[in-house]
Amino acid sequence: MTYEVPVAPGESAEIEESTQLTSEEWPMWEVFVRARRGISHVHIGSLHAPDSEAALQNARDVYTRRNEGASLWVVRSSEIHAFDPVDIAEYVAANEKVYRQATSYEIPDEVGHM
Amino acid sequence: MTPVQRFAAIVAAEDKIEPADWMPEGYRKTLIRQIAQHAHSEVIGMQPEGNWIARAPTLHRKAILMAKVQDEAGHGLYLYSAAETLGVKRDELQELLHQGKHKYSSIFNYPTLSWADIGAIGWLVDGAAITNQVMLTRCSYGPYARGMVRICKEESFHQRQGYEILLRLCAGSSEQKAMAQDSLDRWWWPSLMMFGPHDTDSTHSEQSMEWKIKRVSNDELRQQFVDMTVPQADYLGLVIPDPELRWNEERGHYDFGEIDWDEFWRVVKGDGPMNRDRIAHKVRAWDEGAWVREAALAHAAKKAARSAA
Repeated sequence: MTYEVPVAPGESAEIEESTQLTSEEWPMWEVFVRARRGISHVHIGSLHAPDSEAALQNARDVYTRRNEGASLWVVRSSEIHAFDPVDIAEYVAANEKVYRQATSYEIPDEVGHM
Repeated sequence: MTPVQRFAAIVAAEDKIEPADWMPEGYRKTLIRQIAQHAHSEVIGMQPEGNWIARAPTLHRKAILMAKVQDEAGHGLYLYSAAETLGVKRDELQELLHQGKHKYSSIFNYPTLSWADIGAIGWLVDGAAITNQVMLTRCSYGPYARGMVRICKEESFHQRQGYEILLRLCAGSSEQKAMAQDSLDRWWWPSLMMFGPHDTDSTHSEQSMEWKIKRVSNDELRQQFVDMTVPQADYLGLVIPDPELRWNEERGHYDFGEIDWDEFWRVVKGDGPMNRDRIAHKVRAWDEGAWVREAALAHAAKKAARSAA
């Protein structure tokens, strides 16, 4: 099937994005799940909840319905800080130093695995 | 490199565009439009199935159906979250749905008249959805593609439980088998309509393909679905209601008849059997839940004030 929205003859293809809604929305939380012991928490999605307790309960109900989680974190989305993707890409490119890679050193075969 | 070039390079390299990246306004708007309609479809899709929770034939089937409807709510949430990364608010998107300014998949404007319909929805409707969603896991927008991966894993359960319902009915009494056939008769054509207009009549498709939001055309996906489904109907011993359906040796595909496009557009424009009921029910549920949403916020504020004191 398709989720493209069919435009009926005579209809506008423009989409409205806002209704000037005034009601207050529950804040957004980012959800991190540790799938099993021994591995890190991984970002899995987000949700809305009034407080951290409800956010955890909702995260459990939505993101771990099929034994996917040994541990859950929730963090207010507004508390996440990030670099601009262009800045970080330029930084990484400018700092490429091959001598940091193990593969840029030649060790004779006779020495064995190193 | 200009932002436009950077965007084009990421898409060309089959990398994903992420929320903080620059993107053309048209790309952003197309995604919001599509992801919102997709999210609305998951949420409205709970209604035709919810209709049978209290009437499921056994406790086991009732538990399965509740789990499935709960999954649909979860899918709605993943998708609204993906849309929110593009700078829209979920409540706004819902409000637009309530006002009739946003659409959802037309398939949910058909009624579920018998228990066999729950089987047919899982088999055909979720089957069609999987065909499309597998393609969307390769979509160029990261949050949408990741949501699809999760959804596809869960849809497999949906399709299999539906087919199993029909297997049981088809192995049952002649009345049960007739119920299954009646259900296929009513759901077959609307399921094919789910793939949208012919490629030649599809307004946004070309641009969406270029942006790699969409990877396979409507007609190709529809053909894939028919080829996959016909043998499954044969196995059930059911007859697909299309006199023109036959295997084409030369093409290596099934040929099939033409969709009733008048019906398609009628339902898209709001005149399907259930359009008004679906929205009225959705608005009622939202309005009746308002006090819960407000109370939860008030409680959270009170708790925060107490712990700060």
